[in-house]
Amino acid sequence: MEMAYLIETIIKIVIVMLVFSALAGIGTYFERKILAFMQRRLGPMNVGPYGVLQFGADAIKLFTKEDIVPTNVVAPVFKIAPVITAATAFIAAAAIPFLPSFTIFGYEVHPIIADINIGILYILGIMGVGLYGPLLGGMASANKFALLSAARGAAVFISYEVVTGLSILAPIMMVGSLSLIDFNEYQAGGITSWMVWTQPVAFILFWIAAFAETGRTPFHLIANDHEIIDGFGTEYSGMRWGLFFIGEYANMFFISFMIPILFLGGYGDGSFLGALALLGKMSFFFFFFLWTRAAWPDVRPDQLMMLCWKILMPVAVLNILVTAIVMM
Amino acid sequence: MKDEQFNNRNVSNEYFLVDIEDYPTEPWDKFKRVVKRTFRLELFVGLWVVMREFFKFEIHTVSYPEEKMPIGPRYRAIHEMKRLWESDTERCIGCGLCEKICVANCIRIETKRDENSRKEVSEYSINLGRCIYCGFCAEVCPELAITHGGRYENASEQREHFTMYEDMLTPLDTMKVGNQLEFEGFGAITPHEDERVKKTPLAY
Repeated sequence: MEMAYLIETIIKIVIVMLVFSALAGIGTYFERKILAFMQRRLGPMNVGPYGVLQFGADAIKLFTKEDIVPTNVVAPVFKIAPVITAATAFIAAAAIPFLPSFTIFGYEVHPIIADINIGILYILGIMGVGLYGPLLGGMASANKFALLSAARGAAVFISYEVVTGLSILAPIMMVGSLSLIDFNEYQAGGITSWMVWTQPVAFILFWIAAFAETGRTPFHLIANDHEIIDGFGTEYSGMRWGLFFIGEYANMFFISFMIPILFLGGYGDGSFLGALALLGKMSFFFFFFLWTRAAWPDVRPDQLMMLCWKILMPVAVLNILVTAIVMM
Repeated sequence: MKDEQFNNRNVSNEYFLVDIEDYPTEPWDKFKRVVKRTFRLELFVGLWVVMREFFKFEIHTVSYPEEKMPIGPRYRAIHEMKRLWESDTERCIGCGLCEKICVANCIRIETKRDENSRKEVSEYSINLGRCIYCGFCAEVCPELAITHGGRYENASEQREHFTMYEDMLTPLDTMKVGNQLEFEGFGAITPHEDERVKKTPLAY
Protein backbone atom coordinates (compact mmCIF):
# COMPACT_ATOMS: atom_id res chain seq x y z
CA MET A 1 0.00 0.00 0.00
CA GLU A 2 1.18 3.43 -0.87
CA MET A 3 2.25 5.65 2.01
CA ALA A 4 0.57 8.76 0.62
CA TYR A 5 -2.72 6.89 0.32
CA LEU A 6 -2.46 5.73 3.92
CA ILE A 7 -1.76 9.22 5.22
CA GLU A 8 -4.56 10.69 3.14
CA THR A 9 -7.03 8.12 4.44
CA ILE A 10 -6.06 8.70 8.05
CA ILE A 11 -6.43 12.45 7.62
CA LYS A 12 -9.85 11.95 6.06
CA ILE A 13 -10.94 9.65 8.89
CA VAL A 14 -9.84 12.18 11.51
CA ILE A 15 -11.65 15.00 9.73
CA VAL A 16 -14.89 13.02 9.39
CA MET A 17 -14.69 11.98 13.04
CA LEU A 18 -14.09 15.51 14.29
CA VAL A 19 -16.57 17.23 12.00
CA PHE A 20 -19.39 14.83 12.70
CA SER A 21 -18.76 14.58 16.44
CA ALA A 22 -18.97 18.36 16.57
CA LEU A 23 -21.98 18.38 14.25
CA ALA A 24 -23.71 15.84 16.48
CA GLY A 25 -23.25 18.22 19.38
CA ILE A 26 -24.30 21.29 17.43
CA GLY A 27 -27.20 19.27 16.08
CA THR A 28 -28.59 19.08 19.60
CA TYR A 29 -28.46 22.88 19.75
CA PHE A 30 -30.34 23.16 16.47
CA GLU A 31 -32.85 20.60 17.62
CA ARG A 32 -33.56 22.44 20.85
CA LYS A 33 -33.81 25.81 19.13
CA ILE A 34 -36.04 24.67 16.27
CA LEU A 35 -38.32 22.66 18.54
CA ALA A 36 -38.55 25.65 20.86
CA PHE A 37 -39.50 28.06 18.09
CA MET A 38 -42.11 25.68 16.78
CA GLN A 39 -43.58 25.44 20.28
CA ARG A 40 -43.43 29.21 20.91
CA ARG A 41 -40.53 28.96 23.31
CA LEU A 42 -37.07 30.47 23.22
CA GLY A 43 -34.93 27.43 23.82
CA PRO A 44 -31.42 27.74 25.27
CA MET A 45 -30.64 31.42 25.72
CA ASN A 46 -28.18 31.89 28.53
CA VAL A 47 -24.88 30.25 27.53
CA GLY A 48 -23.31 32.54 24.98
CA PRO A 49 -25.25 34.80 22.61
CA TYR A 50 -28.61 33.17 21.88
CA GLY A 51 -27.34 30.10 23.70
CA VAL A 52 -24.95 28.98 20.95
CA LEU A 53 -22.40 27.76 23.49
CA GLN A 54 -24.96 25.47 25.12
CA PHE A 55 -23.29 22.60 23.28
CA GLY A 56 -20.02 23.34 25.04
CA ALA A 57 -21.73 23.48 28.41
CA ASP A 58 -23.41 20.14 27.73
CA ALA A 59 -20.11 18.62 26.64
CA ILE A 60 -18.35 19.79 29.80
CA LYS A 61 -21.18 18.39 31.88
CA LEU A 62 -21.14 15.02 30.13
CA PHE A 63 -17.36 14.68 30.27
CA THR A 64 -17.04 15.56 33.93
CA LYS A 65 -20.03 13.58 35.18
CA GLU A 66 -19.38 10.50 37.24
CA ASP A 67 -19.37 7.34 35.15
CA ILE A 68 -21.80 5.14 37.08
CA VAL A 69 -21.92 1.40 36.46
CA PRO A 70 -24.86 0.14 38.53
CA THR A 71 -24.53 -2.93 40.74
CA ASN A 72 -26.53 -5.54 38.89
CA VAL A 73 -25.58 -4.75 35.32
CA VAL A 74 -23.40 -7.00 33.18
CA ALA A 75 -20.50 -4.60 33.33
CA PRO A 76 -18.45 -5.48 30.20
CA VAL A 77 -21.50 -5.51 27.93
CA PHE A 78 -22.92 -2.44 29.61
CA LYS A 79 -19.68 -0.58 29.01
CA ILE A 80 -19.20 -1.60 25.37
CA ALA A 81 -22.78 -0.93 24.18
CA PRO A 82 -22.56 2.87 23.71
CA VAL A 83 -19.25 2.45 21.92
CA ILE A 84 -20.96 0.14 19.41
CA THR A 85 -23.63 2.73 18.67
CA ALA A 86 -21.19 5.58 18.13
CA ALA A 87 -18.58 3.46 16.33
CA THR A 88 -20.97 1.86 13.84
CA ALA A 89 -22.43 5.24 12.99
CA PHE A 90 -18.95 6.51 12.06
CA ILE A 91 -17.80 3.26 10.42
CA ALA A 92 -20.83 3.41 8.13
CA ALA A 93 -19.76 6.88 7.05
CA ALA A 94 -16.66 5.48 5.38
CA ALA A 95 -18.51 4.78 2.12
CA ILE A 96 -20.43 8.06 1.90
CA PRO A 97 -19.10 10.66 -0.57
CA PHE A 98 -19.65 13.85 1.37
CA LEU A 99 -18.51 16.23 -1.35
CA PRO A 100 -17.36 15.98 -4.98
CA SER A 101 -13.66 15.47 -5.46
CA PHE A 102 -11.63 18.67 -5.54
CA THR A 103 -8.02 19.68 -6.02
CA ILE A 104 -6.05 21.22 -3.18
CA PHE A 105 -2.35 22.21 -3.58
CA GLY A 106 -2.29 20.28 -6.85
CA TYR A 107 -3.40 17.09 -5.11
CA GLU A 108 -6.75 15.57 -6.01
CA VAL A 109 -8.85 14.75 -2.94
CA HIS A 110 -11.81 12.38 -3.00
CA PRO A 111 -13.95 13.22 0.06
CA ILE A 112 -14.89 9.59 0.54
CA ILE A 113 -12.85 7.41 2.86
CA ALA A 114 -13.25 4.15 0.96
CA ASP A 115 -14.79 4.08 -2.52
CA ILE A 116 -15.77 0.43 -2.33
CA ASN A 117 -17.96 -0.95 -5.06
CA ILE A 118 -20.52 -2.32 -2.58
CA GLY A 119 -20.98 0.97 -0.71
CA ILE A 120 -24.71 0.70 -0.11
CA LEU A 121 -24.55 -2.90 1.06
CA TYR A 122 -21.72 -1.93 3.40
CA ILE A 123 -23.59 1.04 4.85
CA LEU A 124 -26.80 -0.93 5.37
CA GLY A 125 -24.83 -3.76 6.96
CA ILE A 126 -22.94 -1.53 9.37
CA MET A 127 -26.10 0.35 10.28
CA GLY A 128 -27.68 -3.02 10.99
CA VAL A 129 -24.81 -3.77 13.38
CA GLY A 130 -25.71 -0.51 15.09
CA LEU A 131 -28.72 -2.34 16.46
CA TYR A 132 -26.39 -4.02 18.96
CA GLY A 133 -25.89 -0.75 20.83
CA PRO A 134 -29.47 -0.36 22.12
CA LEU A 135 -29.98 -4.12 22.25
CA LEU A 136 -26.93 -4.97 24.38
CA GLY A 137 -27.19 -1.79 26.40
CA GLY A 138 -30.82 -2.44 27.21
CA MET A 139 -30.35 -6.12 28.01
CA ALA A 140 -27.31 -5.57 30.21
CA SER A 141 -28.88 -2.72 32.18
CA ALA A 142 -30.85 -4.82 34.73
CA ASN A 143 -33.74 -2.45 34.27
CA LYS A 144 -37.12 -3.49 32.98
CA PHE A 145 -37.65 -0.33 30.95
CA ALA A 146 -34.26 -0.74 29.33
CA LEU A 147 -35.14 -4.36 28.55
CA LEU A 148 -38.45 -3.32 26.98
CA SER A 149 -36.60 -0.77 24.93
CA ALA A 150 -34.06 -3.37 23.79
CA ALA A 151 -36.87 -5.67 22.69
CA ARG A 152 -38.60 -2.89 20.82
CA GLY A 153 -35.31 -1.78 19.30
CA ALA A 154 -34.54 -5.26 17.99
CA ALA A 155 -38.03 -5.59 16.52
CA VAL A 156 -37.99 -2.18 14.87
CA PHE A 157 -34.48 -2.38 13.45
CA ILE A 158 -34.92 -5.84 12.00
CA SER A 159 -38.29 -4.98 10.49
CA TYR A 160 -37.15 -1.74 8.95
CA GLU A 161 -33.89 -3.18 7.65
CA VAL A 162 -36.19 -5.19 5.38
CA VAL A 163 -37.99 -2.10 4.14
CA THR A 164 -34.73 -0.20 3.65
CA GLY A 165 -33.18 -3.03 1.70
CA LEU A 166 -36.20 -3.72 -0.47
CA SER A 167 -36.96 -0.08 -1.17
CA ILE A 168 -33.41 0.56 -2.29
CA LEU A 169 -33.30 -2.57 -4.43
CA ALA A 170 -35.29 -1.00 -7.27
CA PRO A 171 -32.90 1.97 -7.68
CA ILE A 172 -29.97 -0.44 -7.48
CA MET A 173 -31.52 -2.44 -10.33
CA MET A 174 -31.73 0.72 -12.42
CA VAL A 175 -28.23 1.94 -11.69
CA GLY A 176 -26.70 -1.52 -11.78
CA SER A 177 -24.17 -0.72 -9.08
CA LEU A 178 -23.92 -0.64 -5.31
CA SER A 179 -21.48 2.23 -5.18
CA LEU A 180 -22.76 5.60 -4.08
CA ILE A 181 -20.39 7.28 -6.54
CA ASP A 182 -22.07 5.39 -9.37
CA PHE A 183 -25.46 6.45 -8.04
CA ASN A 184 -24.29 10.02 -8.15
CA GLU A 185 -22.91 9.66 -11.70
CA TYR A 186 -26.21 8.12 -12.80
CA GLN A 187 -28.08 11.25 -11.69
CA ALA A 188 -25.46 13.81 -12.75
CA GLY A 189 -27.53 15.14 -15.63
CA GLY A 190 -29.47 17.70 -13.61
CA ILE A 191 -32.81 17.69 -11.87
CA THR A 192 -34.63 15.73 -14.58
CA SER A 193 -32.35 12.75 -14.19
CA TRP A 194 -32.86 12.46 -10.44
CA MET A 195 -33.82 9.06 -9.17
CA VAL A 196 -36.81 10.47 -7.27
CA TRP A 197 -38.77 10.99 -10.50
CA THR A 198 -38.39 7.40 -11.64
CA GLN A 199 -38.53 5.84 -8.17
CA PRO A 200 -40.83 8.05 -6.04
CA VAL A 201 -42.21 5.09 -4.10
CA ALA A 202 -38.75 3.84 -3.21
CA PHE A 203 -37.79 7.36 -2.16
CA ILE A 204 -40.71 7.67 0.26
CA LEU A 205 -40.25 4.16 1.62
CA PHE A 206 -36.56 4.77 2.22
CA TRP A 207 -37.34 8.07 3.89
CA ILE A 208 -39.90 6.46 6.21
CA ALA A 209 -37.47 3.67 7.03
CA ALA A 210 -34.79 6.26 7.79
CA PHE A 211 -36.94 7.51 10.65
CA ALA A 212 -37.07 3.99 12.07
CA GLU A 213 -33.35 3.41 11.54
CA THR A 214 -32.44 6.55 13.44
CA GLY A 215 -35.25 6.14 15.96
CA ARG A 216 -36.69 9.59 15.37
CA THR A 217 -40.06 10.82 16.38
CA PRO A 218 -42.86 9.07 14.62
CA PHE A 219 -40.94 5.88 15.40
CA HIS A 220 -39.27 7.02 18.60
CA LEU A 221 -40.60 4.16 20.69
CA ILE A 222 -37.14 2.74 21.43
CA ALA A 223 -36.46 5.48 23.94
CA ASN A 224 -39.87 6.98 24.48
CA ASP A 225 -39.61 9.27 27.48
CA HIS A 226 -43.23 9.11 28.48
CA GLU A 227 -43.53 5.32 28.38
CA ILE A 228 -40.18 3.77 29.18
CA ILE A 229 -38.15 6.63 30.68
CA ASP A 230 -35.10 6.82 28.43
CA GLY A 231 -35.29 3.22 27.23
CA PHE A 232 -31.85 1.65 26.83
CA GLY A 233 -30.26 4.84 28.14
CA THR A 234 -32.02 4.78 31.49
CA GLU A 235 -29.09 3.41 33.50
CA TYR A 236 -26.43 5.31 31.63
CA SER A 237 -24.81 8.52 32.76
CA GLY A 238 -22.03 10.82 31.75
CA MET A 239 -20.02 10.17 28.62
CA ARG A 240 -21.45 6.71 27.96
CA TRP A 241 -24.87 8.23 27.59
CA GLY A 242 -23.22 10.96 25.53
CA LEU A 243 -21.84 8.33 23.15
CA PHE A 244 -25.37 7.02 22.54
CA PHE A 245 -26.34 10.58 21.79
CA ILE A 246 -23.44 11.20 19.44
CA GLY A 247 -24.23 7.95 17.65
CA GLU A 248 -27.87 8.90 17.21
CA TYR A 249 -27.14 12.35 15.86
CA ALA A 250 -24.26 11.21 13.66
CA ASN A 251 -26.63 8.60 12.24
CA MET A 252 -29.17 11.32 11.51
CA PHE A 253 -26.53 13.29 9.61
CA PHE A 254 -25.32 10.28 7.66
CA ILE A 255 -28.84 9.24 6.68
CA SER A 256 -29.49 12.84 5.68
CA PHE A 257 -26.48 12.52 3.35
CA MET A 258 -27.62 9.13 2.05
CA ILE A 259 -31.11 10.18 0.95
CA PRO A 260 -29.98 13.00 -1.39
CA ILE A 261 -27.12 10.93 -2.80
CA LEU A 262 -29.42 8.00 -3.53
CA PHE A 263 -32.49 9.84 -4.78
CA LEU A 264 -31.94 13.56 -5.22
CA GLY A 265 -28.91 13.81 -7.42
CA GLY A 266 -26.23 13.98 -4.73
CA TYR A 267 -23.60 16.56 -5.64
CA GLY A 268 -24.62 16.49 -9.28
CA ASP A 269 -21.86 17.17 -11.79
CA GLY A 270 -19.29 17.77 -9.07
CA SER A 271 -19.08 21.55 -9.36
CA PHE A 272 -18.89 23.86 -6.36
CA LEU A 273 -22.58 24.61 -6.77
CA GLY A 274 -23.34 20.90 -6.76
CA ALA A 275 -21.45 20.50 -3.48
CA LEU A 276 -23.44 23.34 -1.96
CA ALA A 277 -26.65 21.77 -3.25
CA LEU A 278 -25.78 18.48 -1.55
CA LEU A 279 -25.18 20.30 1.75
CA GLY A 280 -28.48 22.12 1.29
CA LYS A 281 -30.37 18.91 0.62
CA MET A 282 -28.68 17.29 3.60
CA SER A 283 -29.73 20.23 5.80
CA PHE A 284 -33.31 19.92 4.65
CA PHE A 285 -33.50 16.25 5.55
CA PHE A 286 -31.88 16.92 8.92
CA PHE A 287 -34.33 19.75 9.48
CA PHE A 288 -37.17 17.44 8.56
CA PHE A 289 -36.14 15.06 11.37
CA LEU A 290 -36.56 17.94 13.82
CA TRP A 291 -39.68 19.26 12.13
CA THR A 292 -41.56 15.98 12.47
CA ARG A 293 -40.52 15.78 16.08
CA ALA A 294 -42.39 19.01 16.76
CA ALA A 295 -45.42 18.06 14.68
CA TRP A 296 -46.14 14.37 14.82
CA PRO A 297 -47.15 11.99 17.59
CA ASP A 298 -45.42 8.67 18.14
CA VAL A 299 -47.01 5.49 16.89
CA ARG A 300 -47.55 2.44 19.06
CA PRO A 301 -45.18 -0.51 18.61
CA ASP A 302 -47.94 -2.68 17.14
CA GLN A 303 -48.87 0.08 14.70
CA LEU A 304 -45.23 0.36 13.74
CA MET A 305 -45.00 -3.37 13.08
CA MET A 306 -48.27 -3.28 11.12
CA LEU A 307 -47.01 -0.37 9.04
CA CYS A 308 -43.80 -2.20 8.29
CA TRP A 309 -45.00 -5.71 7.47
CA LYS A 310 -48.51 -5.10 6.12
CA ILE A 311 -48.02 -1.88 4.17
CA LEU A 312 -44.44 -0.83 3.52
CA MET A 313 -42.98 -4.23 2.72
CA PRO A 314 -45.68 -5.26 0.21
CA VAL A 315 -45.43 -1.84 -1.41
CA ALA A 316 -41.66 -2.20 -1.63
CA VAL A 317 -41.98 -5.66 -3.23
CA LEU A 318 -44.57 -4.35 -5.69
CA ASN A 319 -42.25 -1.49 -6.51
CA ILE A 320 -39.44 -3.93 -7.30
CA LEU A 321 -41.79 -5.99 -9.46
CA VAL A 322 -43.02 -2.99 -11.43
CA THR A 323 -39.48 -1.71 -11.87
CA ALA A 324 -38.32 -5.10 -13.12
CA ILE A 325 -41.21 -5.39 -15.59
CA VAL A 326 -40.61 -1.88 -16.90
CA MET A 327 -36.88 -2.52 -17.23
CA MET A 328 -37.52 -5.68 -19.25
CA MET B 1 -45.83 40.68 28.74
CA LYS B 2 -49.58 40.93 28.60
CA ASP B 3 -51.64 38.53 30.61
CA GLU B 4 -55.11 39.75 29.68
CA GLN B 5 -55.72 36.92 27.26
CA PHE B 6 -54.99 34.37 29.97
CA ASN B 7 -57.29 36.03 32.44
CA ASN B 8 -60.27 36.14 30.12
CA ARG B 9 -62.50 33.43 31.48
CA ASN B 10 -65.70 34.45 29.78
CA VAL B 11 -67.38 31.49 28.21
CA SER B 12 -67.87 32.42 24.60
CA ASN B 13 -70.21 30.96 22.06
CA GLU B 14 -67.30 29.58 20.10
CA TYR B 15 -67.43 26.27 21.92
CA PHE B 16 -68.95 23.44 19.95
CA LEU B 17 -69.20 19.69 20.23
CA VAL B 18 -66.83 17.75 18.01
CA ASP B 19 -68.52 15.29 15.73
CA ILE B 20 -66.86 11.96 16.47
CA GLU B 21 -67.68 9.03 14.25
CA ASP B 22 -68.12 5.55 15.64
CA TYR B 23 -65.31 3.10 15.11
CA PRO B 24 -65.89 0.93 12.06
CA THR B 25 -66.56 -2.74 12.67
CA GLU B 26 -66.94 -4.11 9.16
CA PRO B 27 -63.70 -4.84 7.28
CA TRP B 28 -64.84 -2.76 4.33
CA ASP B 29 -65.48 0.23 6.59
CA LYS B 30 -62.12 -0.26 8.21
CA PHE B 31 -60.49 -0.30 4.81
CA LYS B 32 -62.32 2.88 3.83
CA ARG B 33 -61.06 4.53 7.01
CA VAL B 34 -57.50 3.54 6.26
CA VAL B 35 -57.75 4.92 2.74
CA LYS B 36 -59.31 8.13 3.98
CA ARG B 37 -56.66 8.61 6.63
CA THR B 38 -53.90 7.82 4.19
CA PHE B 39 -54.92 10.26 1.50
CA ARG B 40 -56.37 13.09 3.57
CA LEU B 41 -52.74 14.05 4.32
CA GLU B 42 -53.44 15.06 7.89
CA LEU B 43 -49.77 14.63 8.73
CA PHE B 44 -48.98 17.60 6.52
CA VAL B 45 -51.52 19.73 8.36
CA GLY B 46 -49.50 19.10 11.51
CA LEU B 47 -46.28 19.99 9.72
CA TRP B 48 -47.85 23.18 8.39
CA VAL B 49 -49.10 24.24 11.82
CA VAL B 50 -45.71 24.02 13.50
CA MET B 51 -44.02 25.67 10.53
CA ARG B 52 -46.48 28.54 10.71
CA GLU B 53 -45.63 29.03 14.38
CA PHE B 54 -41.94 28.81 13.53
CA PHE B 55 -42.22 31.75 11.14
CA LYS B 56 -44.74 33.73 13.16
CA PHE B 57 -42.22 33.73 16.00
CA GLU B 58 -44.72 34.58 18.73
CA ILE B 59 -42.62 33.64 21.71
CA HIS B 60 -44.48 33.27 24.98
CA THR B 61 -41.46 32.56 27.12
CA VAL B 62 -41.03 34.73 30.19
CA SER B 63 -37.27 34.85 30.71
CA TYR B 64 -37.81 34.70 34.41
CA PRO B 65 -35.09 36.42 36.38
CA GLU B 66 -35.16 39.36 33.96
CA GLU B 67 -38.88 39.36 33.30
CA LYS B 68 -41.58 38.64 35.82
CA MET B 69 -45.27 38.00 35.45
CA PRO B 70 -47.42 40.52 37.35
CA ILE B 71 -48.95 39.06 40.50
CA GLY B 72 -52.39 39.79 41.82
CA PRO B 73 -53.07 42.08 44.77
CA ARG B 74 -54.31 39.12 46.82
CA TYR B 75 -51.05 37.25 46.45
CA ARG B 76 -49.74 36.04 49.82
CA ALA B 77 -45.97 36.11 49.92
CA ILE B 78 -43.49 37.25 52.57
CA HIS B 79 -45.08 39.33 55.31
CA GLU B 80 -44.68 43.03 55.74
CA MET B 81 -45.14 45.26 58.76
CA LYS B 82 -46.84 48.53 57.99
CA ARG B 83 -46.45 51.97 59.60
CA LEU B 84 -49.11 54.50 60.38
CA TRP B 85 -49.56 57.08 57.66
CA GLU B 86 -50.08 59.91 60.19
CA SER B 87 -47.08 59.47 62.49
CA ASP B 88 -44.84 56.96 60.74
CA THR B 89 -44.85 54.86 63.92
CA GLU B 90 -45.36 51.15 63.85
CA ARG B 91 -48.92 49.96 63.61
CA CYS B 92 -48.27 46.80 65.61
CA ILE B 93 -49.69 47.06 69.12
CA GLY B 94 -48.20 43.79 70.30
CA CYS B 95 -51.55 42.12 70.96
CA GLY B 96 -50.19 38.71 69.94
CA LEU B 97 -53.25 37.63 67.99
CA CYS B 98 -51.14 36.65 65.01
CA GLU B 99 -49.01 34.36 67.17
CA LYS B 100 -52.14 32.86 68.64
CA ILE B 101 -53.91 32.15 65.39
CA CYS B 102 -50.91 30.93 63.44
CA VAL B 103 -51.74 27.38 62.40
CA ALA B 104 -48.13 26.55 61.59
CA ASN B 105 -46.76 27.98 64.85
CA CYS B 106 -44.23 29.98 62.94
CA ILE B 107 -44.73 33.40 64.53
CA ARG B 108 -43.02 34.27 67.80
CA ILE B 109 -43.70 37.60 69.46
CA GLU B 110 -42.35 39.05 72.73
CA THR B 111 -43.52 42.32 74.15
CA LYS B 112 -42.49 44.62 76.98
CA ARG B 113 -43.62 47.88 78.55
CA ASP B 114 -41.81 50.89 77.22
CA GLU B 115 -41.06 54.03 79.22
CA ASN B 116 -44.57 55.36 78.61
CA SER B 117 -46.06 52.13 80.00
CA ARG B 118 -47.29 51.23 76.53
CA LYS B 119 -46.90 47.77 75.10
CA GLU B 120 -44.05 47.51 72.67
CA VAL B 121 -42.77 44.69 70.49
CA SER B 122 -39.36 43.61 71.66
CA GLU B 123 -38.89 40.47 69.57
CA TYR B 124 -40.84 39.38 66.53
CA SER B 125 -39.85 36.68 64.05
CA ILE B 126 -41.53 34.49 61.48
CA ASN B 127 -40.07 31.14 60.51
CA LEU B 128 -40.63 31.24 56.77
CA GLY B 129 -39.68 27.57 56.51
CA ARG B 130 -42.73 26.69 58.58
CA CYS B 131 -45.10 29.36 57.34
CA ILE B 132 -47.78 28.03 55.05
CA TYR B 133 -48.78 31.50 53.90
CA CYS B 134 -52.39 30.92 54.86
CA GLY B 135 -52.89 34.61 55.61
CA PHE B 136 -54.64 34.15 58.97
CA CYS B 137 -52.19 36.52 60.69
CA ALA B 138 -52.99 39.28 58.24
CA GLU B 139 -56.68 38.59 58.55
CA VAL B 140 -56.76 38.61 62.31
CA CYS B 141 -54.60 41.69 62.81
CA PRO B 142 -56.83 44.42 64.27
CA GLU B 143 -54.52 47.22 63.15
CA LEU B 144 -53.76 46.04 59.57
CA ALA B 145 -50.17 45.97 60.77
CA ILE B 146 -48.98 42.57 59.52
CA THR B 147 -49.87 42.01 55.89
CA HIS B 148 -48.64 39.99 52.98
CA GLY B 149 -46.35 41.47 50.39
CA GLY B 150 -45.37 40.47 46.89
CA ARG B 151 -41.86 39.11 47.53
CA TYR B 152 -42.14 35.49 46.54
CA GLU B 153 -38.49 34.70 45.85
CA ASN B 154 -37.61 33.24 49.23
CA ALA B 155 -35.39 30.33 48.37
CA SER B 156 -32.78 29.76 51.05
CA GLU B 157 -29.99 27.40 51.91
CA GLN B 158 -31.79 25.87 54.86
CA ARG B 159 -35.30 25.04 55.88
CA GLU B 160 -35.32 27.30 58.91
CA HIS B 161 -35.08 30.76 57.58
CA PHE B 162 -36.42 33.61 59.60
CA THR B 163 -37.55 37.09 58.92
CA MET B 164 -37.31 39.60 61.74
CA TYR B 165 -39.49 42.54 62.67
CA GLU B 166 -37.04 45.13 61.35
CA ASP B 167 -36.78 43.40 57.99
CA MET B 168 -40.53 43.35 57.51
CA LEU B 169 -41.13 46.91 58.71
CA THR B 170 -41.61 49.52 56.01
CA PRO B 171 -38.36 51.54 55.96
CA LEU B 172 -38.70 55.10 57.21
CA ASP B 173 -37.43 56.66 54.00
CA THR B 174 -40.05 54.77 51.96
CA MET B 175 -42.60 56.05 54.42
CA LYS B 176 -41.37 59.65 54.09
CA VAL B 177 -41.84 59.54 50.32
CA GLY B 178 -45.24 57.99 50.86
CA ASN B 179 -44.57 54.79 48.95
CA GLN B 180 -45.99 52.30 51.43
CA LEU B 181 -48.20 49.89 49.56
CA GLU B 182 -51.33 48.77 51.33
CA PHE B 183 -52.23 45.11 51.11
CA GLU B 184 -55.67 44.99 49.60
CA GLY B 185 -56.18 41.67 51.22
CA PHE B 186 -58.76 38.99 50.92
CA GLY B 187 -61.50 39.55 48.41
CA ALA B 188 -59.55 42.28 46.69
CA ILE B 189 -60.23 42.14 43.01
CA THR B 190 -57.63 42.33 40.32
CA PRO B 191 -57.34 45.74 38.69
CA HIS B 192 -59.82 46.52 35.91
CA GLU B 193 -61.93 43.57 36.98
CA ASP B 194 -65.10 45.65 36.48
CA GLU B 195 -64.63 45.70 32.73
CA ARG B 196 -64.24 41.95 32.62
CA VAL B 197 -66.99 40.75 34.95
CA LYS B 198 -70.29 40.08 33.26
CA LYS B 199 -73.37 41.52 34.86
CA THR B 200 -75.78 39.09 36.40
CA PRO B 201 -78.65 38.75 33.98
CA LEU B 202 -82.06 39.68 35.34
CA ALA B 203 -83.91 37.11 33.29
CA TYR B 204 -82.97 34.11 31.23
